[in-house]
Amino acid sequence: MRVAVGAGSCGYAAGAQKVFDAIKALDLPDCKLEIVGCVGMCYLEPIVDVYNDKGELARYTHVQPDDVAAIFSDEGADDKLILAEDEEILNTQVRIVLRNCGIINPERIEDYVEVGGYEAFKKCVQEMSPEDVIDEIKASGLRGRGGAGFPAWFKWNAARRSPGEDKYMVCNADEGDPGAFMDRSILEGDPHALIEGMLIGAYAMGAKTGIIYVRAEYPLAIKRLEIAIKQAREAGFIGKNIMGIEGLDFDLWIKAGAGAFVCGEETALIASLEGERGMPRLKPPFPAERGYFANPTNINNVETLANVPFILRNGAKAFTQYGTEKSPGTKIFALTGKINKGGLVEIPMGMPLRDVIFKIGGGIQNNRTFKAVQMGGPSGGCIPASLLDTPVDYEHIVQTGAIVGSGGMVVMDETTCMVEMARFFLDFTCRESCGKCTYCRVGTKRILEILERITTGKGKETDIDLLLELCKKVSEGSLCGLGQTAPNPVLTTIRYFRDEYEDHIKNGTCTAKQCTALIAYTINDNCIGCTACARACPVSAISGKVKNKHEIDQEACIRCGQCITTCRFNAIDVS
Amino acid sequence: MGCCQDHRDEIREDIDLQLLDPVLDEYKGVRGSVIPVLQKTQDIYGYLPRASLSYIAEKLGEKEAKIYGVATFYAQFRMEPIGEHLIMLCQGTACHVNGADRIQMAIEEELKIKDGETTEDGKFTLMIMACLGCCSLAPVMMIGEETYAKLTPESTVKILRDLRNRDHKEVPE
Repeated sequence: MRVAVGAGSCGYAAGAQKVFDAIKALDLPDCKLEIVGCVGMCYLEPIVDVYNDKGELARYTHVQPDDVAAIFSDEGADDKLILAEDEEILNTQVRIVLRNCGIINPERIEDYVEVGGYEAFKKCVQEMSPEDVIDEIKASGLRGRGGAGFPAWFKWNAARRSPGEDKYMVCNADEGDPGAFMDRSILEGDPHALIEGMLIGAYAMGAKTGIIYVRAEYPLAIKRLEIAIKQAREAGFIGKNIMGIEGLDFDLWIKAGAGAFVCGEETALIASLEGERGMPRLKPPFPAERGYFANPTNINNVETLANVPFILRNGAKAFTQYGTEKSPGTKIFALTGKINKGGLVEIPMGMPLRDVIFKIGGGIQNNRTFKAVQMGGPSGGCIPASLLDTPVDYEHIVQTGAIVGSGGMVVMDETTCMVEMARFFLDFTCRESCGKCTYCRVGTKRILEILERITTGKGKETDIDLLLELCKKVSEGSLCGLGQTAPNPVLTTIRYFRDEYEDHIKNGTCTAKQCTALIAYTINDNCIGCTACARACPVSAISGKVKNKHEIDQEACIRCGQCITTCRFNAIDVS
Repeated sequence: MGCCQDHRDEIREDIDLQLLDPVLDEYKGVRGSVIPVLQKTQDIYGYLPRASLSYIAEKLGEKEAKIYGVATFYAQFRMEPIGEHLIMLCQGTACHVNGADRIQMAIEEELKIKDGETTEDGKFTLMIMACLGCCSLAPVMMIGEETYAKLTPESTVKILRDLRNRDHKEVPE
């Protein structure tokens, strides 16, 4: 019997360690107990997979330490088994990058090798020339999964052709997009896939050194990467004369990022690697010509590189059978926000947005209405309900004003205010602007100020036009992607939800009842005077005698909404 | 370094700069090592004491202004000491949509501190983070290495009080 506990960051947050310890304490005979990465169904964590000796899987969900004894008793714990509808979600996906996540032990290279790991790399160095490798990637049409969707082969080829002995293969694992966590999951669940992808890329472009630039906020990912690099080194995949081939050298190390969203931009990332402030510079020269300490450098994102071993092992056709002509393959999306079944899903490109959110994501929490989905993080935009049939691929999503980006999908219902959403993103980009370009540094601040005044009911009639004008200028006057795309959340919300802006400005109302300056909480006649709200109120703004209708002091009220969550009698109105 | 001469001067004296020597030796002559050096410095002191920046600049042969510039550019670096428990509250998109503002309010109300501040007793420091990558369990916060998921204002307050009580109990031992 093999027992595998889902132990990604999400699993641990849900209590996987305690569950693991409880199973260990049972001291089961003939049981191989181990950790695996995240299978992507974060809403079901902690997950325990039990494989019997025939290899058949029983997957238990929402497991707590108290449930463990029952699972391994003769009676079993069928009530903890995964529901058919949840299992269906897994079957609807096409898992290329996530194929091993949640299945193999990420801390054992043997497990990766057993499922065909490092075979693609062996095939490359034994049977293919670097040009062949690049051709295969070209045939696969693999595009960068980090945001821009740039063809991967093109960058590899450019770096290969660049003169210079010292070339660098860099992996951008500084997943900065709020709302996206697929890279973390790959690093935690299948780190060897990334290393193999880097090895293949390095072979193709002729790089002898690799650097993984990973977020310092991902301690578990860093730990598992360190283990994986050590194992790959011991197994002879990293080092000198790899696999006995004279002159085939590759060294790989990790560099922890220090927290700057702008470092997702290639030249800023390189500046950061060089120990400088992470500020982008003018291109050309492109990193492929002059990158890390002026050497030819190629930068790919984690998900992009994790696709590479599959393509080389199975051929480009195995990859292009999925997805669309211009966006082949699969893409991982992080479903979050007001969605029932949040987590990571890997789907073929081109699947309609509606299917992703309703079939796979299980629809909206508390039976509310879908309002919009935010795609592409701070550089992306909000896609409204009327465009739910848009196929999810690079070309179609861009037409909506959003971008595929790194694959974050934050779902919103009618309680989310779209102006406030735009304000939230501008607050982010304004703080993350590196300050180099005036339009980005000052412009995002000005946009933010306008949005702040709209959400607090002080908007002016001319504000929407002013926003549109400013957005255009910020976009045109910025050097890098951060500034160029920072206006997107504002532009898309104005495009699809202009009425909400107008409501805020002209009527001083927030339709979603979210903007605290524009709403008031009052107590209606349902109140039985239970005093629960008065006790919950953090600023003591609610008064009233027991069994008498209470009242809210509007001056003192900070509109935190505590009362409405506490009230069991539907006695609090928001207007 | 006139730019950062302020009240931090008062607290810089009791640090032992020699603790940095092994780090500086390790990175001696390594190009582009300012960030890892600063990260390790922060691991040692819990923040970046002003004197450490001058010391690093001197030992790495860099301008002090450059070290200061790098230290203030990145979100990870703190220029002031932090409390015993560092609360990292996620304000990423998913957490924001799922009510992280209310969690922030609850923490601020309970501990009487704002983003970046430390409680008077030196127990808690609050830091707002852009995204912790646990989006499907939003809203989340991390205290130390522990991640707390699906927070409500009530559960947040309870977590903070439990931590404080636990510390109280541990004191007599």
